[in-house]
Amino acid sequence: MSEKKPILMQGNEACAKGALAAGVRFFAGYPITPSSEIAEILSEELPKVGGRFIQMEDEIASMAAVIGASLTGSKAMTATSGPGMSLKSENLGYASMAEVPCVIVDVQRVGPSTGGPTAPSQGDIMQARWGTHGDHPIIALAPNSVKETYEVTIKAFNLSERFRTPVILLLDEVIGHMREKVVLPDQESIEIINRKKPTVPPEEYFPYEPDEDGVPKMASYGEGYRFHVTGLTHDKTGFPNLSPGNTDYVIRRLHEKIEKNIDEILMVEEYFMDDAELAVFAYGSPSRSSLSAVRKAREEGIKVGLIRPITIWPFPAETVKKAAQKVSKIIVPEMNLGQLLGEVERYAKSDAEVIGLNRVDGELITPQEVVDKIKEVL
Amino acid sequence: MVEKIKINKNWCKKCGICIAFCPKGVFEGQPGQLPKVAKPEECTGCKLCELRCPDFAIEVRSDDNE
Amino acid sequence: MQELLDKYFRKDKLPHIWCPGCGHGITLGAVVRAIDKVGLDPIKTTVVSGIGCSSRAPGYMKFDTLHTTHGRALAFATGVKHAKPELNVIVLTGDGDAAAIGGNHLIHAARRNIDITTVLFNNSIYGMTGGQYSPLTPTGKLATTAPYGNIDQAFDICKLAIAAGATYVARGTVYNTTQLIGLISKGIQNKGFSLIEVITHCPTVYGRRNKMGTAVDMMKWQKENTVNVKAAEKMTEEQLKGKILVGELYSDTRPEYTEQYTKIIERLQKEGQQ
Repeated sequence: MSEKKPILMQGNEACAKGALAAGVRFFAGYPITPSSEIAEILSEELPKVGGRFIQMEDEIASMAAVIGASLTGSKAMTATSGPGMSLKSENLGYASMAEVPCVIVDVQRVGPSTGGPTAPSQGDIMQARWGTHGDHPIIALAPNSVKETYEVTIKAFNLSERFRTPVILLLDEVIGHMREKVVLPDQESIEIINRKKPTVPPEEYFPYEPDEDGVPKMASYGEGYRFHVTGLTHDKTGFPNLSPGNTDYVIRRLHEKIEKNIDEILMVEEYFMDDAELAVFAYGSPSRSSLSAVRKAREEGIKVGLIRPITIWPFPAETVKKAAQKVSKIIVPEMNLGQLLGEVERYAKSDAEVIGLNRVDGELITPQEVVDKIKEVL
Repeated sequence: MVEKIKINKNWCKKCGICIAFCPKGVFEGQPGQLPKVAKPEECTGCKLCELRCPDFAIEVRSDDNE
Repeated sequence: MQELLDKYFRKDKLPHIWCPGCGHGITLGAVVRAIDKVGLDPIKTTVVSGIGCSSRAPGYMKFDTLHTTHGRALAFATGVKHAKPELNVIVLTGDGDAAAIGGNHLIHAARRNIDITTVLFNNSIYGMTGGQYSPLTPTGKLATTAPYGNIDQAFDICKLAIAAGATYVARGTVYNTTQLIGLISKGIQNKGFSLIEVITHCPTVYGRRNKMGTAVDMMKWQKENTVNVKAAEKMTEEQLKGKILVGELYSDTRPEYTEQYTKIIERLQKEGQQ
């Protein structure tokens, strides 16, 4: 196989290309810095593969259109930033309740409000978890490079199809806009997952009857299944059923669908953790500074390791629990005021002290800052 | 040809619309009561009662397709 | 009726939830009869609704049905239609759902002239939530949130849709069901965005609070307060005062949104082969 030439690619472009590789056939979005390039590229590429693009009147409509499209069988996606995520949240919750596969890209920028549209941040982490109301599960992934954005976008589609759920991709402005040399995998080598289709005729089909993995098979509109979809609490028939028993059952099943299959969802990397006495827990852009910081500290004989989650939600609790038994302190660098810090503390409990390293000035956390913090807490 | 008019008593919510708007006064009764098919022989088969029944509770069937 | 019930209704879900005499059942009956008249294939037809009394209608219809979030039916429906243009897409919505929270999506769907037939159940009130006024509640009327009389001016939602670019706009009443079925049928057949406003009635909260009598009285009111748009041409300003125009209000042809996009796909695929 000929050695593939590396190409220079922007993060947002890698996201769009990854979506195409995953089989996206519908994009609905609305212009917003710093994610517009994703829409622009897909507006150009989708029709070439028989897919369809639409710029909607706002982000609420974009999220709605994505769900409508997914129900016809198309892999569907939208991309935005913080303000758009705020607008999309109600319909994102609908996608969770109606179990409609879709991917939502949040290229995070400094908030709150209009904030700093061209500056990076990780201020939407809790919004990704709890932006929409009610007890709902969510999957959120955070790549930290252009190449990984390509790969994790494919993973996001696969997970959304596999578990009939919305999946949020958490980039930040730097990852979205930076360019890196990338060697992309061949299309044949990429694993593509599609939603499970019904194997019974329409009269025997229940749109929300789960298989043992908790995930119901999904028909598409126009195939003759003539099924009902609603945001109201519903039972396996898809029709409203607000009885206490069913209400409790549905909410718990939605959660179990993710928790029971967590090992298919969790992606966490660890560096230098074998003999670590101290750990850095970092994701997204700060995890790159943290890796070079950890390497530098190691050169100076400091036994520090790095835990780098790609899966942000569901939170990698076991990883933190295990690490906390080994190390005395965990440093958590974030471009926010400590939105995952609380989660790390929650699972580290008293086994390890958790220390934040927080920047909210729209600038990246530098390796030197992480090195200084490592030395400071020694 | 005598029209056969059937009223689905389980679905009819006794709104009185059929009674009030039948051009031939075939139904009798008040809102809140089940309509009575009092003059079936007057029925011309226009089916306006079917069209206007909010509950889909009226079936007007002419004899030939009984 | 029985054939319609067997072919188009989820009979096990009946009787419906609407109050005695509510016009929504009549409107749903008109929608189904229009579908039957045009001959749409239920397997290739998706019915979408938002939130409110009217939006429970698709639940009773044996079609692919989608009960979405408040005001967003048209945005969801745009996704369905644009992703799979071969599907017939019908939106059933209410005056609050379409003209208040959904107003932005209504004008943009019309502007795009996407082939979606929208039936707006206008009973001038938010019924499901207990009787608040809506953007289509006439000035002066009472509602739970207009205890001193509504000071808002209502939209003329048909003029709004025409101005926004809809290519078929009509208004009918549940009283004149035969006309309404015809109007909805033409809307379905229109290859573009169609809006049919249905003047219907809510006896439980709107009728009672505004002393409009029973469902029967409210339907009589519809008869006495509407004028066919053709007849109106020969009537004076004075005669038309306070009357609501019914019938086909606007019909035009303009390129349909998804067809325009399909042309792009076909052009690119041809270029791709060269």
